Amino acid sequence: MLSVDSLEFEYLKNIPVLKDISFNVEEGQLCGLFGPNGCGKTTLFKCCLKFLKYQKGKVKVDEHDIKERSVKDMAKLVAYVPQEHKPSFPYLVRDVVLMGRTPHLRGVFNVSNEDKKKTIEAMKLVGIDGISHMPYNQLSGGQRQLVIIARAVAQETKLLFLDEPTSALDFSNQIKVWKLLRKITHNGTTIIACTHDPNHVMWFCDQVVVMDRNKIITNGPPEKIITEKVLDEIYENICSIKDLFQTKMVYPKDVSTIKNNSKAKRGK
Amino acid sequence: MELSKDKDALEKQLITFSEKRKRIFLVILLIALLFSIAIALTIGVYEISAFDVYNVIGTHLNPYGNVENLDRLHDVIVWNIRFPRILVSVAVGIALALAGAVYQGCFRNPLVEPYILGVESGAAFGAAMAIVIPSFFLSLQISAFIFGSIAVFAAYSLARIRGETPVIMLILSGVIIGSIFAAFVSILKYLATDAALREIVFWMMGGFYYSSWSDVGIILPVVIFCFFILWILGWKLNILSMGDEESRTLGVNPEFYKAIFIVIATLITAISVSAVGIIAWVGLMMPHAARMVVGPDHRYMLPSAAMMGAIYLILCDTLARTLTSAEIPVGILTSIIGAPYLMYLIRNKGKLIFGVS
Repeated sequence: MLSVDSLEFEYLKNIPVLKDISFNVEEGQLCGLFGPNGCGKTTLFKCCLKFLKYQKGKVKVDEHDIKERSVKDMAKLVAYVPQEHKPSFPYLVRDVVLMGRTPHLRGVFNVSNEDKKKTIEAMKLVGIDGISHMPYNQLSGGQRQLVIIARAVAQETKLLFLDEPTSALDFSNQIKVWKLLRKITHNGTTIIACTHDPNHVMWFCDQVVVMDRNKIITNGPPEKIITEKVLDEIYENICSIKDLFQTKMVYPKDVSTIKNNSKAKRGK
Repeated sequence: MELSKDKDALEKQLITFSEKRKRIFLVILLIALLFSIAIALTIGVYEISAFDVYNVIGTHLNPYGNVENLDRLHDVIVWNIRFPRILVSVAVGIALALAGAVYQGCFRNPLVEPYILGVESGAAFGAAMAIVIPSFFLSLQISAFIFGSIAVFAAYSLARIRGETPVIMLILSGVIIGSIFAAFVSILKYLATDAALREIVFWMMGGFYYSSWSDVGIILPVVIFCFFILWILGWKLNILSMGDEESRTLGVNPEFYKAIFIVIATLITAISVSAVGIIAWVGLMMPHAARMVVGPDHRYMLPSAAMMGAIYLILCDTLARTLTSAEIPVGILTSIIGAPYLMYLIRNKGKLIFGVS
């Protein structure tokens, strides 16, 4: 569905932000893009979305070279959920979600009942139908993230990019969104989401691409890729991994002693 | 059973999507606009009864009417002075309100308007050039349009830092560009002959005193045509107002459509400025008032703002020509009403306008 081949990008001359990036994502997969802050994840997304013009390499979406696609054609192929969005005017939530239908709209004023129905379905799927009449700019950051996810769902594209979809969400909503993403892949949609949480990758993703310092370190199924060795390489030796039910959990190495140590210090 | 219940609920939600209320409001506005035109026609320093006024208008509009039978004085006052003047104020009101709404949408900022962005000063400079050096420019309108465009382009590029245009920067650069052009206008005034100086000064204060049928012929068709283009593109403006990256994601090329919108908005601003001088604040107040009533969806907001702008200018101009025995320039009136409105907005609605900030 998505194939990236030896992609290179630099904002300024000779300071590469992406170096020789190559990976593939199969149709219907939920792929996590994992890596520390500032390693180039968002830049990679923006290159794949044609927001930025990359200097070298090739990006193909659904067998189409994106360089040959217009902005309008791209919107029918790929949807994008940014990390945060600053609202401008007090559009209602349902209007924002309806905006996701833009690439499918024909004519001038005829937002068809079909479009409205898809909008309502998307809001129900994400679970924001209760706030559909609220002005979008009065919502909290987390609620806005859910609205934009619903908008991407309403856009009905084969490929979905999410830039840290759970960064502003509470614990329950984080899990809900990941489960939702899994559900969306059931009908063949391919999802690529970047995230900072190795546990989310482990629990919810089919595939993981690990980035560090502008390069791809490794990629494959998370059970094999997320190991103490890989985590040590990007996070300087602070993680341990434990088996948990059918899956695994990543936690800080010294988790059992942190609190006791500081209590002991206070005691002195 | 369960399924049909679901379907009922779905249909109920579809109904809440209906924009009937907004459509009705547009119709009411249109009726109000026609009424204001009709009433404004009957008001004036020289008193003519309503019957005589409508008789004059009716005779002119009726292809078989005989104009020769009318009272000569009434005919001149109603048909050659009041009516074109009211039509010009309608066109200018529509143009400035639309331009304000479009700039606000494109720059994602509810506080910009043609005056704040320096467009009016730029256009004023262009027009003043055309008055002082008539042989140099093709026409007042084209010259006003060119310098208006230069002003908006300069203000926007001055305000843009690292791909973003913060509210405060945009307003500040508008002030800067506006004052540069104001200074240029002062130079022109200094150099101008007495006759040209008088023309520039009167014209800068903004007013409809010289409005004639030839002005109507230039402004009204252009403004109405631009209005329909903008209205058709209303949904695109919704998308643009979400931001550049957002509109790219949604398949609306931001550079391309912004260029179209800004060129049209600048064109209609320049053409009104070249006809009636500088009239401030209409482009700020009307879109905001429209947004309060019909919400931010530009498919409804644009026509509402346009019609409210027309009604507002008819009101201001009627006051301007009847309040005192001498005329008050309408630009002074709109500023006196508009500036406190902006104060109110900033003090009371700041949070709502700027979102969560």
